[in-house]
Amino acid sequence: MATRDEIVASIRKAFPEGVRLLDGGDLPTFVVDRAELLRLARHLKDDPGLDFKLLADVCGADYAGREERFEAVYHLYSVTHGHRIRLKVPVREDDPVLPSVYGVWRAADWFEREAFDMFGLRFDGHPNLKRILCHPAFVGHPLRKDYEPGQRWLLREGEQDEPVWARQPHEDDDHFETQVINLGPSHPATHGTLRTVVRLDGEIITQAEVEIGYLHRCFEKMAERHTWKQVIPYTDRLNYCSPMINGVGYCLAVEKLAGIEAPPRAQLIRLILSELSRIMDHIVCIGANLNDLGAMTPFLYMYKAREEIYSILEACAGGRLTISYVRVGGLANDVPGDFVEAVRWILRRVPPLMNDMEKLITRNRIFRDRTEGVGVIAGAEALDWGWTGPCLRASGIPYDVRKAQPYLGYETFDFKVPIATTGDTFARYIVRVEEVRQSLHIIEQALERLQPGPIICDEHHVALPPKEQVYTEMEALIWHFKLIMEGARIPAGEVYGFTEGANGELGYYIVSDGGGKPYRIKVRPPCFAIFQAYPHMLVGHMVSDSVAILGSFNVIAGELDR
Amino acid sequence: MTSRDLSISPGGGSEERAAARRPDGSQVFLTTKLDALLDMARRNSLWPFPFGTACCAIEFMSVMMSHYDLSRFGAEVVRFSPRQSDLLIVAGTVTDKMAPVLVRIYEQMAEPKYVISMGACACTGGFYRAYHVVQGIDEFIPVDVYVPGCPPTPEALLKGVVHLQEMIGKGETHYQRQLAAARAAARGGADGNA
Repeated sequence: MATRDEIVASIRKAFPEGVRLLDGGDLPTFVVDRAELLRLARHLKDDPGLDFKLLADVCGADYAGREERFEAVYHLYSVTHGHRIRLKVPVREDDPVLPSVYGVWRAADWFEREAFDMFGLRFDGHPNLKRILCHPAFVGHPLRKDYEPGQRWLLREGEQDEPVWARQPHEDDDHFETQVINLGPSHPATHGTLRTVVRLDGEIITQAEVEIGYLHRCFEKMAERHTWKQVIPYTDRLNYCSPMINGVGYCLAVEKLAGIEAPPRAQLIRLILSELSRIMDHIVCIGANLNDLGAMTPFLYMYKAREEIYSILEACAGGRLTISYVRVGGLANDVPGDFVEAVRWILRRVPPLMNDMEKLITRNRIFRDRTEGVGVIAGAEALDWGWTGPCLRASGIPYDVRKAQPYLGYETFDFKVPIATTGDTFARYIVRVEEVRQSLHIIEQALERLQPGPIICDEHHVALPPKEQVYTEMEALIWHFKLIMEGARIPAGEVYGFTEGANGELGYYIVSDGGGKPYRIKVRPPCFAIFQAYPHMLVGHMVSDSVAILGSFNVIAGELDR
Repeated sequence: MTSRDLSISPGGGSEERAAARRPDGSQVFLTTKLDALLDMARRNSLWPFPFGTACCAIEFMSVMMSHYDLSRFGAEVVRFSPRQSDLLIVAGTVTDKMAPVLVRIYEQMAEPKYVISMGACACTGGFYRAYHVVQGIDEFIPVDVYVPGCPPTPEALLKGVVHLQEMIGKGETHYQRQLAAARAAARGGADGNA
């Protein structure tokens, strides 16, 4: 791992002009002249000492009133060295054009389209720069500060977007007619609202394009309109298969920005519930994937375990699914008295269910025929697309945020990062199965260490004071009032918080202007990067394979479209 | 079974109309209206179309699974084709991009059809008062039962389905009221001609 100074020195040496280092910050941050961007991008990727192979995120930001109003922000990560940097490219409002880095990292494909959709940044050289989240009848760029949040534009039937190629009649070399069909957006195998348009030659897919945004519910705009604490319920609804992980990721990022830390007990409970959520998420992913392939039984088995975990979350937070349990600086309240026994019961309950499921599936002839060699992607290619999480590990790259850049004390736990090498649908299944076992192992160790103690820090400019103090002490009452009415004052600055979500690196890029509300929150959704490779992987497969591949990605529309 | 559906009148009537006999030999009649009989059949065999878009769809899965098991209430057969289903359960946020799809699916369903709006988003847009979110699906399609919650608990959805069954029994759903109004208008028209 190169230190901050080494990275800075290396970049300074190669780029004496056009690249400026910003002081401080959580990551080495460079302001890059747009003329230098492409050359710098190539250098960052190809220089063996830097080796930034993963483009984690591209997003826009609007600083209204500044001369160079917009900014494109890039977050890069090096899997081999384990270091990160941030690039910022400012552009003017009257000329919001900058070069596309699609030619360097293919991951930029959808991220740049999103920045175009939300801010109107134009990426020169992008192969398909059009709206991605908003519908085609939409006017304006919603994340610009001067866009009124409630301003809607209606889409009528017949105005939906269609790939250009889908309208053109096309005859194959052997003069058989091909046909274009729609999978989704309302389709039993899409688990939500994804739409894939495919051209079929017989049963073979020869061309495919994916349309997303059917669940774009404006998380980032809503976040700018609410106080730091009020954003927490919105985060639950990002990846709604494992809501706890999203809340933890958000609060860790805000805590990093505010320079506070949750007490040890809160950290441990966060970790335990995160791992339980990961199990829940994998269970749904595996179960739904099998369900789509025609195996209903495992889903019914696995859902029992999920119901048990629900009841634990309900006992802790009051809600089953969207629990809003995490707070900046700790947790909303302490866990119930029988928490440890209840979790231990889960630990005993899940393995037999997993074993039953594995007996039915792992060596099942039909299942293996339908998944082995289907949807293969090589590790380097997956990384180029911005993949993270179990899908990347199934292609042989052992990148797990919990190991690479631990948080919540993951470095003190004994667990393994399962990987597979074949990179196909079966590999993604088997990696998830093993991750469930590793998560159980982590929870077991965490339960041993659980000690009584406070569950929220006493930095009351950010965290609410306990209710009993609010009723008895003047100062606590004032803090309570200010926090509820104005929101916490998080110091101005920016931060990129990253956690291992159930399907990959879940990043929050947060900008604060020192006020009670976030200035900008950008979520780096893991399945967004994974799903953008999907249409490219489909070509040459059959329609039935497309269902198997999609199920193995665990694409959650709430997180994908936000 | 409500008294409106079936009225059982013991005794009375001529020998030829006797439908059944009690053990003591007295006669039993079963008289009802065809509509009521059909409604009874319909409400006890609802075929849901899960229009699941977001978090509520996950809770809808819980409702279908063994723990809560919607099939206990006669609505087991989930169909993903609007042609084969009569109950549209809109579970989750509907965006402006999705709205034409929802309308198309509703139109494709054969009558009689009923709609349950599951969750705050489908009912009112929920806490997404924003530029891309439909503020309640009743902007576009008629809704029979609104189930509140974010997401509603499985019990709440079960209650919603049972409530819909009661409404069908009483003839209170949107479809039935429309049909009744159309019939009344037709009768009124006939009277006017006479």
